[in-house]
Amino acid sequence: MHSVSVKNLTLKFGSAEVLKNLNLDVEEGEFIVLLGPSGCGKSTLLNCLAGLLELTEGQIHIKGKNVTWAEPSERGIGMVFQSYALYPQMTVRGNMSFGLKIAGLPKDEIAKRVERASEILQIGPLLDRKPGALSGGQRQRVAIGRALVREVDVFLFDEPLSNLDAKLRSELRVELKRLHNRLKNTMIYVTHDQIEALTLADRIAIMRGGIIQQLDAPQTIYNRPANLFVAGFIGSPAMNFIKGATVDGGKRFQFGNVSLDLAGYEGGAILDRPKAILGLRPEHLTMVDEAIAGHTIPAVVEIDEPMGADSLVWLLAEGRQMSVRVPVEHRPAPGKQVHLRVDIAKASLFDETNELRI
Amino acid sequence: MANSNLAAGPSGAKPKPFITPQRAVVYTVLIVCAIFFLFPLYIMIITSLKNIQEIQSGNIFIPTLHPTLDAWEKAWNSACTGLYCEGIKVGFWNSIKITVPSTIVSIIVASLTGYSMANWPFKFSEVFFTILLLSSFIPYVVMIYPLVIITRELGIYSTLPAVVLVHTIFGLPLLTLLFRNYFASLPQELFKAARVDGAGYWQIFFQVFAPMSVPIFTVAVILQVTGIWNDFLFGVIYAGPTNYPMTVQLNNIVNSAQGGKAYNVDMAATILTGLVPLAIYFFSGKYFVRGIAAGAVKG
Repeated sequence: MHSVSVKNLTLKFGSAEVLKNLNLDVEEGEFIVLLGPSGCGKSTLLNCLAGLLELTEGQIHIKGKNVTWAEPSERGIGMVFQSYALYPQMTVRGNMSFGLKIAGLPKDEIAKRVERASEILQIGPLLDRKPGALSGGQRQRVAIGRALVREVDVFLFDEPLSNLDAKLRSELRVELKRLHNRLKNTMIYVTHDQIEALTLADRIAIMRGGIIQQLDAPQTIYNRPANLFVAGFIGSPAMNFIKGATVDGGKRFQFGNVSLDLAGYEGGAILDRPKAILGLRPEHLTMVDEAIAGHTIPAVVEIDEPMGADSLVWLLAEGRQMSVRVPVEHRPAPGKQVHLRVDIAKASLFDETNELRI
Repeated sequence: MANSNLAAGPSGAKPKPFITPQRAVVYTVLIVCAIFFLFPLYIMIITSLKNIQEIQSGNIFIPTLHPTLDAWEKAWNSACTGLYCEGIKVGFWNSIKITVPSTIVSIIVASLTGYSMANWPFKFSEVFFTILLLSSFIPYVVMIYPLVIITRELGIYSTLPAVVLVHTIFGLPLLTLLFRNYFASLPQELFKAARVDGAGYWQIFFQVFAPMSVPIFTVAVILQVTGIWNDFLFGVIYAGPTNYPMTVQLNNIVNSAQGGKAYNVDMAATILTGLVPLAIYFFSGKYFVRGIAAGAVKG
């Protein structure tokens, strides 16, 4: 039984199709991240799951129960919002027990649940304060606590860390992971931050234009992007794309005066494709002094951007801009002539006509 | 010297002259406005404290030498409003009887309508919003006669319910607009969170939104109380002679001349009539401005 199952979900606002015939199965205890640029429909999908938006077609099942028409509170979900959405006039305790009071739970049960949640989230000392007297990180903890006390199977997070500063964000990210390890609930998490997605997710669903482009484990998404969009979206700094063609029955990639040996490429049948794109991540390229036929690209160093441990070096190769990530102590001087060694096993080839990975 | 290591020259905050040209302009305008509005009030107060001989013989700008509250007592208790000589206190209680129910009913209806329009969109809710917006601009004079007929057909013309009904109806467009905009400006995620928590239409309204909406409720109360209290036209048309509000009674006192004009009584009655809105503005001006600003966000 799937924890959450979305079947042929379509959502229209007027004539605009926001979600297009979308299918998604989430396993029990899985941490799924919905990732995509703004407007891709990821928050909309989450709101549909929560029952805050009415879908146009399709079904939603949670824990095997068809909840397509159920009220948000009847779906067995807890939700955490980007703006925390705490009730300003209630104390932390009041915020956490509001839903339980409405559900008509007995007082001692409410107290017990609030106690347990506040212990897990270490917000015990804050229980009698109002949200206005809390910091951003504390507020988000309370918001998570409000979802926790519902003791539901599925947690929905709508960009919960986006309003926090960078340091707090990474702290809470770790805490969320710890929380998931401890509770083993199903979590569906919306974000536009790929670091959050890569660090937290069991599987990532990359969305664009109301369609899931790829649903896979973070490493698979990173190493074997299903199409050009996913390849360009995941990874910072972004993947280098080189337009060219595959020749010699798919044995070589040709662009400008450079010809690269494709032996060792992990993927499907390459064949001869007049329009192909080679994707190389900056960290999969190395700078060498000597050319190796079929394995290097000649380039000239333009500038470099030191980023602490690493430095991102920008080069011109065959008139194209490329970036390479090198340890900061190996920064080359601008204007230097170098050769970029390609690790073809880690490269991605795309057919330019349908933008899919070969 | 402690600062000997600093270079010579200016240091710290730049001194500002007390009066700059901008300030001079601002203060001049403010003072002129204050005098313009306060001077009539001053004349009313000193006149109401004089006796009639002093008024007839003296200068209107000079304060009285023998202040007396006789005129106030007479205005409240025994000034004549046409046939009856029971003072303006009758009108005061009538105004209370008109204002309190009209204010309460119109605010309850308008806040619920505004809340529904902002958070529970229904079919054509945007159309209704547009109609509401337009109807706030229709001069209400065109509706007076139709409303006379409607209240007559309802059998309540010339009674308290009629004037309460009319005030409630005329308060609704603006108040609904105000409430809708205020509720639309509250964070949508709060509404969603409450729904996930299982709160329904009434619970969200009373337990989540209403406690956050004190400023807009304050504005609504002020608008309605002052508007209805100051109203003359609806009172004289729909209330009927026994229910005339204070403004109408005041007019009758001032106009029913028996013998010489009792300016001191007129002034006292006028101040008494204006006292309620005055007091309301005085005590809640801060909330009023805050609420108006809050209601103005997001159209």
